[in-house]
Amino acid sequence: MAGDAQQAAALQEMERIIVRYPAERRYILAIMQDLQKKFNYLPKEGLQMTARHVNAPMSTVYSMATFYKAFSLVPKGRVNFKVCDGTACHIKGSQVLINEIYQCLGIKPGETTPDGEFSLETVNCLGACAIAPVLVANQKVYAKVTPAAVREIIKEHGGQINEPAVNE
Amino acid sequence: MSQLSMNSTATRTILVCCGTGCQANGSMAVYQAFRRELAGGAGTEVQAYTKSTGCNGWCEKGPLVKILPDEITYCRVKAEDVPEIVASLRDGTVVERLLYRDPVTKRVYRSHRDTNFYKKQRKVALRNIGEIDPANIQDYLDRDGYNALRKALTMPPAQVIEEVLQSGLRGRGGGGFPTGLKWKACAAVERTPRYVICNGDEGDPGAFMDRSIMEGDPHSVLEGMIICAYAIGASAGFIYVRDEYDLAVHHLGRAIEDARKHGFLGKNILGSNLSFDIEIVRGGGAFVCGEETALIASIEGNPGEPRDKYIFPTEKGLWGQPTVINNVETWANVPVIISRGAREFASIGTSGSKGTKVFSLVGKVVNTGLVEVPMGTTLREIIYDIGEGIQKGRKFKAVQTGGPSGGCIPENLLDLEVDFDSLTAAGSMMGSGGLIVMDDRTCMVEVARYYVNFLAGESCGKCVPCREGISLLLETLTRICEGKGRLEDLDLLESLSATLQQAALCALGRTAPNPVLSTLKYFRDEYLAHIVEHRCPAGICKELTEFYIDPELCTGCGRCRRNCPADAVAGEKKQTHVIDPSRCIKCGECINNCNFQAVKVK
Repeated sequence: MAGDAQQAAALQEMERIIVRYPAERRYILAIMQDLQKKFNYLPKEGLQMTARHVNAPMSTVYSMATFYKAFSLVPKGRVNFKVCDGTACHIKGSQVLINEIYQCLGIKPGETTPDGEFSLETVNCLGACAIAPVLVANQKVYAKVTPAAVREIIKEHGGQINEPAVNE
Repeated sequence: MSQLSMNSTATRTILVCCGTGCQANGSMAVYQAFRRELAGGAGTEVQAYTKSTGCNGWCEKGPLVKILPDEITYCRVKAEDVPEIVASLRDGTVVERLLYRDPVTKRVYRSHRDTNFYKKQRKVALRNIGEIDPANIQDYLDRDGYNALRKALTMPPAQVIEEVLQSGLRGRGGGGFPTGLKWKACAAVERTPRYVICNGDEGDPGAFMDRSIMEGDPHSVLEGMIICAYAIGASAGFIYVRDEYDLAVHHLGRAIEDARKHGFLGKNILGSNLSFDIEIVRGGGAFVCGEETALIASIEGNPGEPRDKYIFPTEKGLWGQPTVINNVETWANVPVIISRGAREFASIGTSGSKGTKVFSLVGKVVNTGLVEVPMGTTLREIIYDIGEGIQKGRKFKAVQTGGPSGGCIPENLLDLEVDFDSLTAAGSMMGSGGLIVMDDRTCMVEVARYYVNFLAGESCGKCVPCREGISLLLETLTRICEGKGRLEDLDLLESLSATLQQAALCALGRTAPNPVLSTLKYFRDEYLAHIVEHRCPAGICKELTEFYIDPELCTGCGRCRRNCPADAVAGEKKQTHVIDPSRCIKCGECINNCNFQAVKVK
């Protein structure tokens, strides 16, 4: 667990993000997006503070946090892989990339490696269909990704690859 | 380099495409290299300005660099090529190796405008994209920007609405509702305040035209919204944009600030009585929010659930007030209609659908990217003339239009003249303009399953037919893909579809069966192959696929063996190769990599 000082700093940061917005319910979405960007997930304390700030019940904030796909209630890895599974990427083999990541890191969409380094999610369309299939690692967009490229990308972000079991 | 007559002392503008596609291919490094090269020693005797522009649409060939006024287009430029390009400007030459070369005819094109990809296009909504720096309002002003607003402010509001009505503009977000009628209905409601909303929640997988417009020409969207605000008497506007579209959010924000500074937004715009401002709302990544009532709920600070539309948003929209909500591309068309007149706009297109439409042409087609063509252009022209046919010479199977709510159109309808009505008649729809080309390696049952799976995840769960109906469709389609389908399943799919069409609350549910019904209609044989013959003709559904190598066609080149991740292919050089079905993981790398079409699906 984070130390007390770290925890206090995190709370302060949440406060800072939240009070930038007027105390109106329509800003819940924007506040949560900023929290998600900063912390890579929505900390419970942040949601409680948001509810207090806009004077809405926690249930309202929670219903929004779970409705919209952009949010996660559990921490994401240091490196977050988003494999685009939009139509163009799908028919150009996004599933093969997802399988390759599973082979290399042992994670499926929605999962994070036990060391908190990598997580994987699929997204519906990144609007970069002309260069399909697309993979995004944190903010960096990779075009026309192949299974071999996946391994390179993992290495580029400091990952160790589980070598496949030798069967020869 | 070839010598060409060119005035080497003229001032040049170097346009580096920095749309999302080109950025992923490294265009920012190219842009930086130009800045460096021109600021430092080598380029100082050349008068040149570098600008980063929005998406040119030809993402396949990116990063693109255009030199004006010489009209030279370079493809796939790398940062290392920059010194050579700058030197060529000084010498008045052209770097021929970076020009586009047609892979078939070997013809070299100096300007992209002459290529097949651009020749048949007609840019209206995309008129400025790729030509201007979207972060610089002056660029927009130099190309007639905000003159339509000036003109509108001299007209009575009712006449502005009449002009939009006469133009025949229909909503580009997919519904195709006449824009002018929407404005008229909203203006007729007595209550104020009235609101204007831009729907930039482009959620259709396989579509990115709105993204390109917001990124590459944000002021055209603002100008359209301000003209509407004047016409209907609105005081506030909102742009709802997907938060995933970082660059779009950034450029729109910048554009709004600049527009305020220039007096196009704020109090008493350009000295008139119009006071209007625009705010950006970032969406939370829910497809259903593209539905207008769900989008409104989301702006209000609620989960984005739609409501039944007994009363349209034009009467009771945002916070219960009269609201006009239009899509990004629709807004970008409005300034053109006002400045050039309804008649000119209406001269383009078909009898029922006027103007142009932007499509994102993607999938298994040679030239992928954004294309804008007059309504009424045939699918064949788009796919074969502009798109230059199917990749790797494979066989065309279908083109999917309209996103998850659309349908798949087979080869015998390729001469269909595309407009709102013709696509609906063919069992698909215009949607926001995704055109996804599929070849014989696309399984139509799996495509239907893919869309239904997407919609099952995006159904908001408010109404039973959509929540339960789509799940059941998905269960049934998955069963067929896994080889456990029964013939009765086809009847089940049809009756579930009919229920959804009639009983779902919003358009998401009502149109959800389209991918299923259109594939059942045109590709029933594939469903039967899965169910009766237990095989997937495209070689996609793993449980039903077995690959083999045709010894007649195999040259023993070894590509399949080298690309096989499972070591399932064996064979000596120049000898026929063989696939071991017990080791094969059915990933399809062998068939995708074979240049001789020797890998087959059983």
